[in-house]
Amino acid sequence: MAGTNLLDVTHVRRTFPRGAGEELLVLDDVNLSLKEGEIVGLLGRSGSGKSTLLRLIAGLARPQGGSLTYMGAPIEGPAQGVAMVFQSFALFPWLTVLENVQLGLEALNLPPKEIRARALAAIDLIGLDGYESAYPRELSGGMRQRVGFARAVVVHPNILLMDEPFSALDVLTAENLRTDLVELWGNRKLPIKGIILVTHNIEEAVLMCDRVLLFSSNPGRVSSEIKIDLPQPRDRTSPLFEQYVDQIYVEMTARRVERLREQQARAKAGIEMPLVHVSPNQISGLIEALAVPPYDGKADLPDIAYEQELEVDELFPVAEAMQLLRLADVEGGDIKLTHMGKRFADADLNERKEIFSRSLMNNVPLAAHIRRILDERASHSAPKSRFLDELEDHMAEEAAEDSLKTVVSWARFGELFSYDDDAALFSLENPT
Amino acid sequence: MPILGFISVTVVWFLSLAPGRILGAELACVFAIFTSQAWNMAFSFYQSLRTVPPELEEAGRMFGLNAWARFWRIEAPFAMPPLVWNMMMSMAGGWFFVTLSEAISVGSTTIALPGIGSYIAVAIDERDLSAIFYAIGTMLVVILVYDQLLFRPLIAWADRFRIENQPSEEQPESWVLTMLRRSRLIDTLTAPFDAMIRWSYRLQPASFGLRAIAPESKGRLGDIVWYAVLAVLGSYGAWRVYNFAHANLTWSDLGEAMGLGVLTMIRVVVLIGLASLIWTPVGIYVGLRPALTRWVQPVAQFLAAFPANILFPLAVSLIVFWDLNPDIWLSPLMVLGTQWYILFNVIAGASTMPTELRDAADNFGVRGWLWWKKVALPCVFPYYVTGAITASGGSWNASIVAEVASWGRRTLHAHGLGAYIADATTKGDFRHVVLGIAVMSFYVVVLNRIFWRPLYWYAERKFRLT
Repeated sequence: MAGTNLLDVTHVRRTFPRGAGEELLVLDDVNLSLKEGEIVGLLGRSGSGKSTLLRLIAGLARPQGGSLTYMGAPIEGPAQGVAMVFQSFALFPWLTVLENVQLGLEALNLPPKEIRARALAAIDLIGLDGYESAYPRELSGGMRQRVGFARAVVVHPNILLMDEPFSALDVLTAENLRTDLVELWGNRKLPIKGIILVTHNIEEAVLMCDRVLLFSSNPGRVSSEIKIDLPQPRDRTSPLFEQYVDQIYVEMTARRVERLREQQARAKAGIEMPLVHVSPNQISGLIEALAVPPYDGKADLPDIAYEQELEVDELFPVAEAMQLLRLADVEGGDIKLTHMGKRFADADLNERKEIFSRSLMNNVPLAAHIRRILDERASHSAPKSRFLDELEDHMAEEAAEDSLKTVVSWARFGELFSYDDDAALFSLENPT
Repeated sequence: MPILGFISVTVVWFLSLAPGRILGAELACVFAIFTSQAWNMAFSFYQSLRTVPPELEEAGRMFGLNAWARFWRIEAPFAMPPLVWNMMMSMAGGWFFVTLSEAISVGSTTIALPGIGSYIAVAIDERDLSAIFYAIGTMLVVILVYDQLLFRPLIAWADRFRIENQPSEEQPESWVLTMLRRSRLIDTLTAPFDAMIRWSYRLQPASFGLRAIAPESKGRLGDIVWYAVLAVLGSYGAWRVYNFAHANLTWSDLGEAMGLGVLTMIRVVVLIGLASLIWTPVGIYVGLRPALTRWVQPVAQFLAAFPANILFPLAVSLIVFWDLNPDIWLSPLMVLGTQWYILFNVIAGASTMPTELRDAADNFGVRGWLWWKKVALPCVFPYYVTGAITASGGSWNASIVAEVASWGRRTLHAHGLGAYIADATTKGDFRHVVLGIAVMSFYVVVLNRIFWRPLYWYAERKFRLT
């Protein structure tokens, strides 16, 4: 029943202008709902539009299509009863902890006495007792985010929005804050009816949420929904927990890699495939890690992410680049070195450059294209604008810049061609 | 420091130095421009040298770079971006003095060097408004041209010396620089120079070993000698000043100058206050809108670079026309050129406000006066103070030109220290010029020490976003 939902998001579409009449589609046909007593997680890689969606829900931005309703009323600007916790805390550095917490209440025009009483109660609840007169800069990251929570909780919001609230914190502090929050929520001590949590940390989502919505990027869409049927507090080491984590990994990689494979097959010798920036060092590093025991060339993605201390955001692009260069196969939740990948692992630096260069020529159409043009020209050089213009026929300006930047960094490692940034010139010569 | 006041003193000295009149005047003019620019830039360079990251310095030492090589490879590049920025600011001051010192009369000597400054002086004498407009137009074109040909390329070029490893959000670009970089001719022409510099590094042997660290006692002895010399020179100067003052000035002279100083100070304070009231909200409004900022910020910088004294005749002709009270209506001229510092500093401040802070304010429904009080004003406060300090210093300086102005045969007088110095200069009365400058310096220093400096530190401590 739609009437009982705290929040309904239906068919929401959001684009950003890209200059010259172009538009970048960030969110496309997004649907979600939040019921009372629920924590819903939005999980996806950076750039998948999750934070944009959160800003739409908070009324900080407007969608180009679709509708958002909060308690049955359309959202047309910052709504009272929707409070947000920010990734970088967003505390006002010139206000003390108490003043920061009071700010939201002052905006409500409450009597000073009540403001003070409620602020102190919230500070107490979140465990900030004794820090009332401190300035944010005097606090550690974890304490600062506690202020962020207290500031949001004090206005007694119906919906609490959290935008990667733990990602700017170190591992221990983040865990400490998560368990505190889950405990307060479980004991129904928070004056909040529902929570939306944006994250790119899979385990965090499984640990805290009742439902997880997976976001795919370009454009951002809800690709699937996973219900986490585990009682709180949850145990990270339980087999069921791990099963959920695995399931999400597979969902998140399968779709991307499938698309990449499809693109590779369809767009053979096409330069329109956007390249995601991954440095050759990251690729070498992951290959080296994969080649040695206990993996011996094949690993479970969650395992290797944990082992290498990589976030999903960091691991997936590298894995995809390896897939693109055919140095590894990504399938299901596994990553497996190809024959080339294994040779790369055993090779010395010069051989590695050679393998990399050959792989670029064979698998990255843009690299091969630039090399061919440079070979054909008598001067063996070409301005950047030549390729940029060509790419912009196929993609947005920013994506074109990114793709060129990536191909330059790869070509430099493979010594396929060189690039002079001052003159914005591609050439075959090595710099003197 | 009211550099302007020094001109009149130095002019006479330079005139007596060179037998040919024009050469002496040219020297005086060059000296005035030099003082208005060089100290700023030297100070900026010195500041940068003090803040060279120790790891760069250590890396240089480990590779055995000698002092000469260290200077060109580490210290000079590091100091380049602030130096270029400072150069731009000093240029505006330079123009102010050029236009002023080209046509100056000290007592019976009247000097007119060929240049836009004398052109304006003649135009004022002849009450020729169209000539004034020509001068303004020319100035606009000149500033535009050197902005494109000199400063844009310099800024774009200096961008490579920024110490951060992250590429800047928006890389400054310049078509001139791009042209120069792509030109083979320039490459060929600069190659010998490059080679020479590189060769010069090898003149001294690489400095490995303990020599790199200077023995401390020697340094200390040098310091003592240096300070002793300074102390002797200082006390000699003070003694001369005392004698001079004792012989030529009375206490009532001092009282008069101090009283007039108060008048000028009231003008400066009131006008900076007014300018702040107008430009702070405007600056915040603009700074929070990136599209608008991109457009307004260069205009504000341009206006700050424009020598405001070229515009004075326009205002003065209006005051004469309507017969307004010079004590009030000449005052705005003091902030005509300096108010822009407030505007563009506030714009810069507002545009640094993180999106998340703005979102937080919106999310919690912070609006109206609460928003100005708790969010916007604190955010721009440190930037505002920086701008207001510059503006106030500049206004003191401008008072010497602004408090006395003429249009044809009419000369308008406001009561104030600036007028006091200007009048004394015209009469060639050095005792009062020196006294006026001393008193003005005193006011500027005291105002800085007891008001601006503490305010600046307070703003830095409390309001800076870190």
